[in-house]
Amino acid sequence: MSMTFIIDALVTVIGITTPILLAASGELVVEKSGVINLGVEGMMLVGAIAGFAVTFETGNPWLGIVIAMLAGAASSLIFGVLVLSLGANQVATGLALTIFGIGLSSLIGSNYVGIANDPLDSPFPDDLAKDAFWRIIFGHSPFVYMAVLLVLAIGYFLNKTRAGLVLRAVGENDFSAHSIGYPVIAIRYAAIAFGGAASGLAGADFSMVISPLWAEQMTAGRGWIALALVVFAGWRAGRLLAGSYFFGVLMALELYAKASGFAIFPSQFWAAMPYLIAVIVLAIISSRDGKGGKAPACLGKPFIPNG
Amino acid sequence: MRLRLEKRLEPSRRMLVLTPVLSVVAIMLLGIVIFDGLGYDGQQAVWELFFTPVLDAYKWRDVATKAAPLIIIALGLSLGNQAKIWNIGAEGQYIVGAIAAAGVAYSTQSLSGFWIIPLMVLAGMAAGAAYAAVPAVLRTRYGVSEVLSSLMLVYVSLQLLSYMVTGPWKDPDGHNFPQTASLTDAQLLPHDIWDSGIPPGLLVALLAAAIFYVIVSRTVFGFSIRAIGEAPHAARYGGFSSDGIVWATLMISGGMAGLAGVFELMQLGRLNLGYPSGYGFTAIIVSLLGRSHPIGVFIAGIVLAITYVGGQVAQTVVHVPNATAGLFQALLLFAILASDLLVRYRIRFSIKADPLTERGGA
Repeated sequence: MSMTFIIDALVTVIGITTPILLAASGELVVEKSGVINLGVEGMMLVGAIAGFAVTFETGNPWLGIVIAMLAGAASSLIFGVLVLSLGANQVATGLALTIFGIGLSSLIGSNYVGIANDPLDSPFPDDLAKDAFWRIIFGHSPFVYMAVLLVLAIGYFLNKTRAGLVLRAVGENDFSAHSIGYPVIAIRYAAIAFGGAASGLAGADFSMVISPLWAEQMTAGRGWIALALVVFAGWRAGRLLAGSYFFGVLMALELYAKASGFAIFPSQFWAAMPYLIAVIVLAIISSRDGKGGKAPACLGKPFIPNG
Repeated sequence: MRLRLEKRLEPSRRMLVLTPVLSVVAIMLLGIVIFDGLGYDGQQAVWELFFTPVLDAYKWRDVATKAAPLIIIALGLSLGNQAKIWNIGAEGQYIVGAIAAAGVAYSTQSLSGFWIIPLMVLAGMAAGAAYAAVPAVLRTRYGVSEVLSSLMLVYVSLQLLSYMVTGPWKDPDGHNFPQTASLTDAQLLPHDIWDSGIPPGLLVALLAAAIFYVIVSRTVFGFSIRAIGEAPHAARYGGFSSDGIVWATLMISGGMAGLAGVFELMQLGRLNLGYPSGYGFTAIIVSLLGRSHPIGVFIAGIVLAITYVGGQVAQTVVHVPNATAGLFQALLLFAILASDLLVRYRIRFSIKADPLTERGGA
């Protein structure tokens, strides 16, 4: 294997890992607050079409990124109102958000099918970004750097800051947190909106970098992988980072198997592999109860004060 | 004046029935606003979406054809809903059901006999149930949430379908299209039952709804499902096994999804890449809109089928995009989830200072 091949492969892995890392980081914060939002896939699609459409209409990709995050957050607030203010079931509402995201993005996207944008390039100068070796560090889209910074910041926030401690307290024991005066519902709203923005950003990565061409349901189930990743990581930021790249390698195998006509297994086998592995990994992690990291105690339970 | 929520001692039965109807009406009104906002004729779009399929007799068959798989899958899901066990991978079980039936069809191409169709049905149900057994094992033995595991398997089933129709079962006379050979006469049901315009799938849906009605309201099993869903601890003291309920609800819903897959295969006449239709996901909306009650599910299945057919009508008449039906289905689900509040709570409008005028505000 030549050096070029190895660098190419690493750049590919880093690129396709980024959206699931972004989405999973956001979902980690949501779940730490005691809420499970299964709408990741839908919010990613809303972010994907928002980022794509705004970039196409204005020619300004950075504006596209901002609007994608806002759109993701806005759609997550539909979920927030239903589960936090109206006490609706989180599983069903999250699923509704995914169906909503698929429908809304297809509706808006029907004007953009077949249109391509220029992919968003590395923010670094070409001397570094296109260098045969240094591109492994400097040759990525801005999303890659944002994702790594985001997960590190979240790790710091959750474990080292007072606000992070409060967020975790809300997720571990909402009634206690409420009784000592923390605004449980407001904190959860904030976490949900943050998760929505991260998913929106993840979607924009798909439509602006990975395949800068609008296609219906272009996120192809990656939002669900992101949800599995949070469990896989045992609700810890460090393991989330490592786990994402593990899945990135699995997803890269599919691309390489297709490109090389690698014939031992059909390409569909490689495409199914991240999902199969996710199921197997979920079983392994869940059976090692405690050692694998525990879910926040209030995850998925509605909180109705004086209820 | 202020708004006050008051928890009901028991869920309101009237609201349980009334809220799905209110949700549908609310979504129609919202639809007019949305379509107008998007620059279409809102009133006409909503009319085509919701009413044309009902009023135009030529559309009834389409509605019946689409309602059948939705109802069959949603009946299975409704058991799990009541026990709060979420099989959201019914789409996958629906697909493997069709793949299994197509496998029977593939190996009986040159045969004939009355046994072929029952064998296809059995194979499809068994495959759907077996596919749902995976999340059941994972949940009962390893504690894996059935929500994520059942969903992951949808994506696996899509790849399996793609492999079968492009590889081993590809029709050699199919001009290189990714599809299986057409089903033979011995593998197909008549298009209509007794020339009545009723597709066989709808008849099965009707029968299944009757059977589920008996199961839910007249058997200990039906009672134990509700007991587990409403008071898991008490139910366990009462001797009901929660693992047993996980198994039963997942296997039954998987089997029903597989059954729907077989009938849809017979409806389409062959398996191809376009087979996955999202019915397995829409059926979740159907089961919730129908309040997990067999009669409600049957009606809800027809309502959702109307939006599919109406979506196509609205697309040709008002030129709204194809994705409209999906968006409305999601909004409908949001509305039904939000309206749950009315089932569990009473809303009172009151002027705080004077309790005597409390009723006047409402």
